[in-house]
Amino acid sequence: MRPLRFLAFASSGLLTVVLTAQTAPPQPPAGQPPQGQQPDVISITIGPEGRPSRLAVPEFIALTNDAETVKAAKTIGQVLFDDIGFEKEFYMIPPDIMRTVPQPSSPAAVQLDSWKEIGADGVVVGSVRRSGDGVVVEARLVQVGTGELKLGKQYSGTLKSLADGGRMYAHTFADELHKHVRGLRGIARTKLAFSSNRSGEEVEGPVRSRDVSNIYMVDYDGANEKRLTVYKTLEIAPVWSPDGRAIAYTSYRNNYPDIFISYIYEGRLERPGKGTSETKNYLPAWSHDGSRIAYTSALPDGNVEIFIMNQDGSGKRRITNHPMGDVTPTWSPSGTQLAFVSDRTGSPQIYVVEVDGTGLRRITGTGAEGYCDRPTWSAPPLNEIAYTCRGGGGYQIMLYDFATGTSKPISDGIGSNESPAFAPNGRHIAFISDRTGRQQIYTMHRDGTGLRQITRTGTNKYPSWSQ
Amino acid sequence: MSMRRPSAAVALIILAITIGACAKKQPPVARPIPPPPGGAGAGETGAPTPPEPIAEPTTVPPEPITEDPLAVSDIDKINQNSPFQPVFFAYDSAEIDPAGQQVLGVNAQVLKKYADWVITIEGHADERGTAEYNLALGERRAVAARAYLISLGVPADRLKTVSYGKEFPFDPGHNEGAWSKNRRAHFVVTSR
Repeated sequence: MRPLRFLAFASSGLLTVVLTAQTAPPQPPAGQPPQGQQPDVISITIGPEGRPSRLAVPEFIALTNDAETVKAAKTIGQVLFDDIGFEKEFYMIPPDIMRTVPQPSSPAAVQLDSWKEIGADGVVVGSVRRSGDGVVVEARLVQVGTGELKLGKQYSGTLKSLADGGRMYAHTFADELHKHVRGLRGIARTKLAFSSNRSGEEVEGPVRSRDVSNIYMVDYDGANEKRLTVYKTLEIAPVWSPDGRAIAYTSYRNNYPDIFISYIYEGRLERPGKGTSETKNYLPAWSHDGSRIAYTSALPDGNVEIFIMNQDGSGKRRITNHPMGDVTPTWSPSGTQLAFVSDRTGSPQIYVVEVDGTGLRRITGTGAEGYCDRPTWSAPPLNEIAYTCRGGGGYQIMLYDFATGTSKPISDGIGSNESPAFAPNGRHIAFISDRTGRQQIYTMHRDGTGLRQITRTGTNKYPSWSQ
Repeated sequence: MSMRRPSAAVALIILAITIGACAKKQPPVARPIPPPPGGAGAGETGAPTPPEPIAEPTTVPPEPITEDPLAVSDIDKINQNSPFQPVFFAYDSAEIDPAGQQVLGVNAQVLKKYADWVITIEGHADERGTAEYNLALGERRAVAARAYLISLGVPADRLKTVSYGKEFPFDPGHNEGAWSKNRRAHFVVTSR
């Protein structure tokens, strides 16, 4: 990752605007995850109670006029606007209305009266400038009515951090804003991992004309696609570690499926399951605290069962014991339960079990649910499982609510929609859809709105959403 | 066949010539009827009797030796001209039907003939199920074929299984014609 240094810009500095709100706690250093649980303290208010705050997020101000800075000022403003709009916690002043307010020459010269006329409760005043051989980005959330600085951050980084226009600065401030103003764990810095055959390469082996599938990652909004594996084989079903520094996936590079863990920033590869051609391991799922991996194992006697191991491969424990197949586990947020798929009743359905193997119960298969697969468990405070189910024509994404014990469809019924993966704040779902002809990765909100296509090249499957 | 030894080629040629020669074996020769005694025709001095035909000793042609390409090919070539047939399955099923049993019977014979081959049975599914569950279905199909072969006497340690789910369709079409080809256990020689 590009190194970014984060400085909390708390009480003094370049502006004459007075800081009166609580200062944010120190930023975690780059590369470490935000805390898993939702922050529940709203420490900053920006608008009146009773309605969503109206936020203006115009382009950032380029304080130096080199090409990279000018481009970054536009990009960071645009990406921040998109990131904040994505969570639908604010009313976003539309861009064409924002453009009626001329951009000030510097943050200190912001014309709050103009923003008041527009009806904004708050405005994000941002700037970008070169500093030495690096760059400094500042973002300030200002309450329009009073001129108070509610949240101010200064970020610095190398010039390389502007290679994609500086998107990471926008993502970081968006998460900060959601955390302090809405008590919401934002996902603007998260990433998707998936399998793709876009390289067009062929698998080396005894049968010809088989597409290579490798593991790729991309920002949650579709930017910065990056290939992670290069083996000429079938590699599928990646899952992120909770700290976002590793991806576990299933690879057939040894001519049988086995679980590999790629520590993507260290260039290290592990094979914790130590499978063989007799005992094959696949479809791993990380527990939310990162300590354990649940997976499926195809045993020498032909059984297909759920196992758990520590992330270093020790402590392997069998959880299910049934002659029919038990596959695709997913962890509950507390790590005390697993949901998985079993076809023990004749068709695949979703089951929940305690991690010690007790308390097995089925949660799908009533009514028209003929075939259900690939459960993904949401994050607190929601307690839901999304899965795909065949009903009507193709497959649709369903949402099971533990509180009511019922399921409802959330995808729109267009094409076949499968393989859901929850975002770490439980508010969005990545999935695959063949509505354009080939399978592609999409995201949508958990109410089914906000459909966004993420991939376009090749066939792309098995999405996973990082923490 | 790049692997054939030259002396074997020569042996084949000699054999071919020999077999060709044997094919021209003389039919049994009828003994000519001697002319009637006495002078039936004046001036006939009596045609000389043709010599007794020499019966050639009949040789039993040797068993034809055919060089079997499979026994010496490398594995890639074996798989490109595979002696194994796939077993096909009904939708969402891993049961071996009578046609499948027949195919497995033939495959078992091949395995007995090439006793050093180790094969991998790949389980495949058509595109209609989900990707994840089809990995399990493919495994069950491969395991079912393997179990049947073991029941026919093939040693278990020569049979490996792998599931590819619906990842590698043999026919990319979107109709039952294609799907039925993709619901299969596919046999691949992986070592010998």
